[in-house]
Amino acid sequence: MSIGEWLFAPFIEFSFMRRALVGCLAMALGCAPIGVFLVLRRMSLMGDAMGHAILPGAAIGFLIAGLSLPAMTLGGLIAGLAVALGAGAVARATAQREDASFAAFYLTSLALGVTIVSTKGSNVDLLHVLFGTVLALDNAALLLLAAIASITLVALAAIYRALVVECFDPSFLKTLGGTGLFGDKGSFVHLLFLALAVLNLVGGFQALGTLMVVGIMMLPAVAARFWAREVWSMIAVAIVIAVLASMAGLLMSYHANLPTGPAIILMAGVLYGVSVLFGFHDSVFMRLIKLPHLNTHPSREGSRS
Amino acid sequence: MIPSNLCLPFLLALGLGMAGIANAAGPLKVVATFSILGDMVKNVGGDHIALTTLVGADGDAHVFQPSPADAKAVADANLVIMNGLGFEGWMERLLESAQYQGKVAVASAGVKAQKMPDDFAEEEGHASSQEQTHDGHGATDPHAWQSLGNGKRYVGNIVNALADADPTNAGDYQARGKTYLAALDQLDQTVKAAFDAIPKRNRKVITSHDAFGYFGAAYGVTFLAPVGISTEAEPSAGEVAKLIKQIRKHDIRAVFVENITDIRLVEQITRETKTWIGGTLYSDALSGADGPAPTYIDMFRHNVKLLTDAMGGR
Repeated sequence: MSIGEWLFAPFIEFSFMRRALVGCLAMALGCAPIGVFLVLRRMSLMGDAMGHAILPGAAIGFLIAGLSLPAMTLGGLIAGLAVALGAGAVARATAQREDASFAAFYLTSLALGVTIVSTKGSNVDLLHVLFGTVLALDNAALLLLAAIASITLVALAAIYRALVVECFDPSFLKTLGGTGLFGDKGSFVHLLFLALAVLNLVGGFQALGTLMVVGIMMLPAVAARFWAREVWSMIAVAIVIAVLASMAGLLMSYHANLPTGPAIILMAGVLYGVSVLFGFHDSVFMRLIKLPHLNTHPSREGSRS
Repeated sequence: MIPSNLCLPFLLALGLGMAGIANAAGPLKVVATFSILGDMVKNVGGDHIALTTLVGADGDAHVFQPSPADAKAVADANLVIMNGLGFEGWMERLLESAQYQGKVAVASAGVKAQKMPDDFAEEEGHASSQEQTHDGHGATDPHAWQSLGNGKRYVGNIVNALADADPTNAGDYQARGKTYLAALDQLDQTVKAAFDAIPKRNRKVITSHDAFGYFGAAYGVTFLAPVGISTEAEPSAGEVAKLIKQIRKHDIRAVFVENITDIRLVEQITRETKTWIGGTLYSDALSGADGPAPTYIDMFRHNVKLLTDAMGGR
């Protein structure tokens, strides 16, 4: 088997491989930028929390419409938005940090979800039904992913400047005028960003499953910090890493018989490891070769004295 | 994702608090673990027993979480009847937590246990090392009720268990068991005749969950499945591709969706191969009373009709 065959034959022969690839590309475009901002905001674990937080919404959707994916996804989206925006609002209105209020909100939501599922007495594992897999993308799921990626990119472009400022200096936008939760621009931008994150997560869960979405969102974003300095370039690197991991993971899953979602995320993990070791900025390798230079740096000398 | 291992102890602790002391008066209190077994027990026990079925219609026994009411039912029971063969992985903990002291009857006792079917390797004769390492291969297949021969053995075991637990009504259980066995026997003949009428090379179908190993062995049908033993297992792209190639090569006619697993993967395969989705086969659970498979016998009739229609249709 030639290398070209190894790389392309699976996609030429099987439409499910093409669909999986297209789905992954859409995910990479939408989720990777969101992941970069989550990392900058120190909210890297939001994705996992969201995987639990959507349960009550999915359960209520199930109670109303039975095993209907749109109803359960919509319910999950509403629950996820309530948790994210609630936690964001509390963090803004009080002294509590965002991760703490997030934990409080998502645990409460999870408990509510388990309660609703139990009172109904159904033994169907709702989230198991709700969460899809990479290999089973139908037209509706692909359109959903593409739509989410488009909305995300347009919305991010619109709020990009404010979002970047907000990441590094949350107080700056507040001084520009406006008070109250939605009055100042910073809070509005932040809440809009949270809504985008929830949209990506919940939509992705339905199409691809939790591990895939959270993994594609966070791992490339974390790895990108070792390659780029500016926010825009980090986003670009994150998208490239996500695409590479998707390609490599799908091929590994095809040729080596590995479960697809985990294989893709494992490849993203490998790329993260490479970045930690050999990235351009602050990687282990760069620190090693720069160490002697840093020791004689004038500012270091100055600060020591 | 529900943290099942987290909430189980809490639920059980609750259940224990409420569990009363079993009393001997009234009908025999019997607990059956899942709907198919429950239906068999009901047929044998009739009015002499008060039956509780833990995993109800359309429920998935693989991911079942006992509730306090379930623990109470087990604690109060005079007799617990389970499938065995590793089907109810959660049962041991439930019995222990409910501090159940009574008799546990295993309905599958005496059944010749099969391994989980090794679909690709068996059929194609190209067992590579990768396929052998696939999850679940080599494990015991618990779905023994999917052959009527085994089903009859189940009924025999149930009759004995009920007669032992309630000797005053033993004669009645035996009589009811005999009638039920005759019905199963007749159905078995009908099913065999129906499949015999179809050429062996057409008796190949795909299901989303390989619960039909015993069925296949009993009636000469080959079942291929994209996912291994558990509903939790995630398939690899390589496995799905191999299956699609196989469908194309063997001209498989129909794909069946089980009532409890995600159907999206199956739909993907049918799109890819231009086969058609033949309907819902019931494997691990019965349907509700107004569904197509409310009893064990109805379930068999329903499955056999779907399968023979699909195989003989073209």
